[in-house]
Amino acid sequence: MLSYYLRLALHSLRRTPGLTCLMVGAIALGIAACIVTLTFYHAMSGNPIWWKNDVLYAVTMDSWDVNEPYDSQHPTLPPPEMSYKDATYLARSDIPRHKVIMTELAGMISGAPGQSVPMRVMTRATTHDFFAMFDVPFRYGGAWRGNDLDALPEIVLTREVNERLFGGSDSVGRSVLWNGNRFRVVGVLREWHPLPRFYDVTNGAFAPPEAMDQAFVPFSWVTALQAFPASDTSCDHAESVADYRRFLASDCIWIQMWVELPSVARRERFQAYMDAYWAAQRRAGRFPRPLNNRLTDVGQWLAVNGVVSSDSRILLRVAFAFLAVCLLNTVGILLTKFLRAAPLTGVRRALGASRRQVFLQHIVEVAVVSGAGGLLGLGLGALGLEGVRALYAQDNTYGMLAHFDPVGVVWALALAALSTLAAGLYPAWTIGRLPPAGYLKSR
Amino acid sequence: MLKMQDVSKVYRTDLIETHALRNFSLEVKSGQFVAVSGPSGSGKTTFLNVAGLLETFDTGTYQLDGKDVTRLSDDARSRLRNEKIGFIFQGFNLIPDLDIYDNVDVPLRYRRMKAAERHSRISKALDLVGLASRTKHMPSQLSGGQQQRVAIARAIAGDPALILADEPTGNLDSLMARQVMDLLEQINEMGTTIVLVTHDPELARRAQRNIHVVDGLVIDSAPYERRIAAEEAHAGTGGSAA
Repeated sequence: MLSYYLRLALHSLRRTPGLTCLMVGAIALGIAACIVTLTFYHAMSGNPIWWKNDVLYAVTMDSWDVNEPYDSQHPTLPPPEMSYKDATYLARSDIPRHKVIMTELAGMISGAPGQSVPMRVMTRATTHDFFAMFDVPFRYGGAWRGNDLDALPEIVLTREVNERLFGGSDSVGRSVLWNGNRFRVVGVLREWHPLPRFYDVTNGAFAPPEAMDQAFVPFSWVTALQAFPASDTSCDHAESVADYRRFLASDCIWIQMWVELPSVARRERFQAYMDAYWAAQRRAGRFPRPLNNRLTDVGQWLAVNGVVSSDSRILLRVAFAFLAVCLLNTVGILLTKFLRAAPLTGVRRALGASRRQVFLQHIVEVAVVSGAGGLLGLGLGALGLEGVRALYAQDNTYGMLAHFDPVGVVWALALAALSTLAAGLYPAWTIGRLPPAGYLKSR
Repeated sequence: MLKMQDVSKVYRTDLIETHALRNFSLEVKSGQFVAVSGPSGSGKTTFLNVAGLLETFDTGTYQLDGKDVTRLSDDARSRLRNEKIGFIFQGFNLIPDLDIYDNVDVPLRYRRMKAAERHSRISKALDLVGLASRTKHMPSQLSGGQQQRVAIARAIAGDPALILADEPTGNLDSLMARQVMDLLEQINEMGTTIVLVTHDPELARRAQRNIHVVDGLVIDSAPYERRIAAEEAHAGTGGSAA
């Protein structure tokens, strides 16, 4: 019967081409608006390392001023970064399976074959667990080995940087000058741009590719080269950091720390380790604020740091409200159309169609309209995202987010199916309940 | 074939109640050709709708082909209507965007017949009404008489035991009307019971039995000639839509 209903639906839709276009157009516009906003929302709110959500933790301690919280809008939250002395102490623990301390540095690479001008690269100074902990994929080579405190001058390049410096060839073993110091390439990444950049939301969860990490060097080279972080360093009180030794000894925060704790027991042990360190430091006169040491998983980390802006949420609501308005219009048009054809339905009832069959016949017609609306909405959504990319051609952040991924397609189809139900149930049910006899005579 | 006993049907609005059928009792034997007449608003069409399971009734009992249909579900009523009853309407009621073949196909589709059997039945029905060569025509391309013949083909394609015809010649000229009546008689001779609502005394005269309905009551099922003579003596002639 389905093919028969489908044929009837096409007949019916052809009978009123104007109304059909209006309904398909309304659904398509509503779905397209939702797709565009959903794509952004999904990209912004997605957890790019969801499979490790319950084992990866951002480490934070409230080292801030007793009278003023780090974030006055969220006074219960500790600062998202740590001081050098706290981070390096906690990183000595062997409780975590992996542990990472890191910061972002500005770097210049030169000395590659055929390279005429130095290349500015955002560089992440980190410990070697970074790559295993965050499942970073390598195309060539791998992470540097050995002691984090006394690492060799070795560097890992992203695919894009390797492409520009070495034409994409296997550059492992080659040398480059990083900030004037010779570093040996030990690894080249595959395409890897986790969005949002969960491990360093302080320096921008949605930075464009050229502002994201383009090279990775061992953390020990921060101190060896007396490098300062690329972004601002936060200090809760005025401190003299005139020389590098004082900077390292200060309470200024500039280091992100993450640990991988594969079990509850390990998590509890590491929490106790942090708390014991906090208590010792407090006795020594530091940490004036109440105990607030936190291990925050990735999902919570993105939430507490407000990675998904309230604008995005509002926009999403507006888009769905728009879809609802489009669907309401469609319901009205469908109801009018079905009621206008009620005498024909009366004939079908007289010829033996049950209410259920009449309902199914009309729901198939709605499904055809919604399916067409969904497909058109998919196309319009893709166009909309293309338009966003064009509109923000100068800002690669939106360009990166405005990708039509499979999730978007699934959403479009799901929305089309839901639209079928939302727009079609009432009109189809109503037409099925009409008493046929009254309409037979009117024909 | 059709047995109604004390059937009542009341239409209610906030302000008024209209008794369309009052203790309506009628039995139509299998194979009969019955004409139902009566003044406009007398309840003829309500009777036809109740008989055709298009409307429910408030009190009484109704047996169709030996089956009590008083408390059937919509699904069961629809199935019974599809299998046992063929409808012919004054306005033909063909579906305008389906061709002749597909129009005749409609009741068979709801019976979930296989394509081959549907095709055989449609061909046979259209052949009987003389329109086998017009299967691809749209209703709008046919004359009124031809459209009614298509409607008859649609009514008989499912091989129903009972045909309910509501003023089937009301929109046709006398020649076409006669042809349609000829067809109905032919179908009746093949064993199908026919109940025909009509205002036309000539057509009613061709039925084996005449029923007269007034104010929702069967007041006379006497031979037509006697009734018509009485009516003419009383108030003259004239007809309006039922």
